[in-house]
Amino acid sequence: MIRIFSILVGLFFTVALAWSLLWDTVQLSKDGLPTSAALEFGKAHDLKPLKLASDGPFGKFDKKQLKRGFEVYAGVCASCHSLQQVAYRSLVYAGLTEKEVKELAAKATINAKDPLTGEMKDRPGLTADKFPPVVFAGTGTPPDLSLITKARKGGAAYIYSLLIGYETSQPAELVKKFPDAKTPEGMFYNPYFANLNIAMAPPLASDDLVTYSDGTKATKDQMAQDVSAFLVWAAEPELEQRHQTGAWWILFLIFATTLAYMSYRNIWAEKKGH
Amino acid sequence: MSFPWSKEYKPSHPLMVWFDERLPLPRLIYNAVGGGYEVPRNLNYFWNFGFLAGLCLVIQIVSGVILAMHYGGDTSVAFNSTEHIMRDVNWGWMLRYGHANGAAAFFAVVYLHIFRGFYYGSYKAPREMIWLSGVVIFLLMMATAFMGYVLPWGQMSYWAAQVITGLFSAFPLIGDPLKEWLLGGFAPGNATLNRFFSLHFLLPFVILGVVILHIWSLHIPGSSNPTGVEVKSKSDTVPFYPYYVGKDGWTIGLLMIVYSVFLFYMPNALGDPENYIPANPMQTPAHIVPEWYFWPFYAILRSFTQDLLFFEARLLGVLAMFAAILVWFFLPWLDKSPVRSASYRPLYRKFFWVLVIDVLILGYLGKLPAEQPYVLVSQLATMYYFLHFLVIVPIVSSIERPDPLPFSITESVLGHDGAAKLTKD
Ligand code: HEC
Ligand code: HEM
Repeated sequence: MIRIFSILVGLFFTVALAWSLLWDTVQLSKDGLPTSAALEFGKAHDLKPLKLASDGPFGKFDKKQLKRGFEVYAGVCASCHSLQQVAYRSLVYAGLTEKEVKELAAKATINAKDPLTGEMKDRPGLTADKFPPVVFAGTGTPPDLSLITKARKGGAAYIYSLLIGYETSQPAELVKKFPDAKTPEGMFYNPYFANLNIAMAPPLASDDLVTYSDGTKATKDQMAQDVSAFLVWAAEPELEQRHQTGAWWILFLIFATTLAYMSYRNIWAEKKGH
Repeated sequence: MSFPWSKEYKPSHPLMVWFDERLPLPRLIYNAVGGGYEVPRNLNYFWNFGFLAGLCLVIQIVSGVILAMHYGGDTSVAFNSTEHIMRDVNWGWMLRYGHANGAAAFFAVVYLHIFRGFYYGSYKAPREMIWLSGVVIFLLMMATAFMGYVLPWGQMSYWAAQVITGLFSAFPLIGDPLKEWLLGGFAPGNATLNRFFSLHFLLPFVILGVVILHIWSLHIPGSSNPTGVEVKSKSDTVPFYPYYVGKDGWTIGLLMIVYSVFLFYMPNALGDPENYIPANPMQTPAHIVPEWYFWPFYAILRSFTQDLLFFEARLLGVLAMFAAILVWFFLPWLDKSPVRSASYRPLYRKFFWVLVIDVLILGYLGKLPAEQPYVLVSQLATMYYFLHFLVIVPIVSSIERPDPLPFSITESVLGHDGAAKLTKD
């Protein structure tokens, strides 16, 4: 009885699926496979290679680079993008001195509860504060950058590719095939961006937008690499600790597992078949 | 199972004698996972996954309880409190990455555990109750994982809550009120997050309770084994302690190594980047996808694209997705072959492997956008999935001629001669 019932249920689903399959095949033969400008001209799957000191299982941050990256963020990106998960005090781990951090925090204006009156009030920042929100008046919504390397496929390499991947004009073929994908007025063509047209003007359009405190020449490529490295740190400040803890822990596990395996062999030694 | 040759608990220390007379807990442990529990000697490594699943459950409960001490279950703070855990709480990143990757490890282990059951016919009499409680556990795990995923209140959290509760609105008449009742509003909001947090904290303990029933029912007949031939004599079994404590024990290390490689070196490899963007009800992500362990079921859900008679396409998808798991409940009665192990069922074995490939294909498709040509493939794969359980298994089990079974477990391990010698002694 149950088997007859089950076969009927199985056939019901099969018929429903065959019905969907039939219609979809008809539809497909009419429309062809779906395509889009991003699918054909996008480069999101072919990012520019970026090597960072923090890569790989033994990766560590290059603090000099982090500091340069912070200088790019502060000098260029910060006018549009916030960094709200990052506390000023933590910047000492990104190569800044305590003095620099204190000065930096003091320059910020933080809207916080006044401990005496309970009112929300502006006050100078403290090192324990996190970066404040940024008001942006232009077109588009600049995302907070605290987690950006984790929030995009490709991570730091994506940010790097995006920053130096702007192209001055769209391929003619693209505009011919997908007229809707033509870059609108006030937008910019960037094949690394998800829908190819981004509201952010090329932020690193020329060299020497910042003067590095360590004297490194601030080329476009250098700035893009450094700010990408800094954003990895901003998103994963625990990275070094994670890599180191993991190495010791896994070494210990390999040792303990070997011992456990040997004792297992020992226990089963006289039982055949194992 | 307690066989005539199972050893009885005889405490040697007077303190244990005193304790055992008043509360026979030491006896219970001895008979459940100690020298008093006799287990077939020929279990292969697929029998380790139940034990390992138990370990995963413990990891999830311990890390989860500590995470809950720092998490804020309110839409205004949920995302930031998660980042607070990652950045400010000592070893908080380890807890959170451990919990997220722990869920993945749990599902990986349980999927292997379930497919072990499909292959070796573990669901057959007298083990139906173990199987049924297992399916209940799996459903509870899915609910728990889904609600846990909503807690960080990222983009994918929000939209997963939207899509999954939206499924319930596919039911005619009661659909929309049901969805609103589940969410506590018209769209996911604070009420939703609060109840999900509450239930996500509760359900693991419910799972723990059902696991106890699962193991209790396991200990009535005892474990099956790769031959599917029941235990006949003392030479077929070995005591759980030390034999299987040793065998299960060392694979803890293996699991922990794989798990730790993910936790420490690619903690976000299995997650969706979109969930590091705070929830935004005004902006739908380009592709809403669940975590990998739901992909096969997500592919099934999306393969119904056309209405059939008075069934709306969406409703068919929802019914099929639930049915995909509910059919497992009936498996013990759909498969009427008296032979348990697929090692002796040449025809069933072939279909088993087709099922494995089929589910892998469904999993692959579940991750991809619902576009052609993927939808066509998932329609075919879904078709096979249902035909397998509902049509092929019942028919194969009545027409198949199984291969000859070994006489006993001992014979299968030692060969005919060795077994004859042993049973004579
Ligand atoms: C003049 C303002 C402005 C400046 C300066 C600026 N950005 Fe942007 N940025 C934007 C806007 C607007 C968007 C949103 C673009 C969109 O969604 O189309 C954006 C988007 C982004 C994105 C997200 C792209 C995506 O995948 O969604 C990244 C990453 C980014 N900016 C990085 C940077 C970095 C790094 C700098 C500094 C070197 C910087 N931006 C400087 C305005 C700015
Ligand atoms: C929290 C999740 C689970 C835990 C902790 C768990 C635990 C266990 C343990 C310890 C065993 C004995 C060792 C072994 O055979 O591996 C077992 C056996 C079994 N489990 Fe589970 N289990 C879980 C989920 C499931 C699920 C989801 C199913 C099926 C849908 C299932 C079905 C079975 C069956 C049929 C057996 C008996 C196997 C045999 O003797 O051949 N279990 N389980």
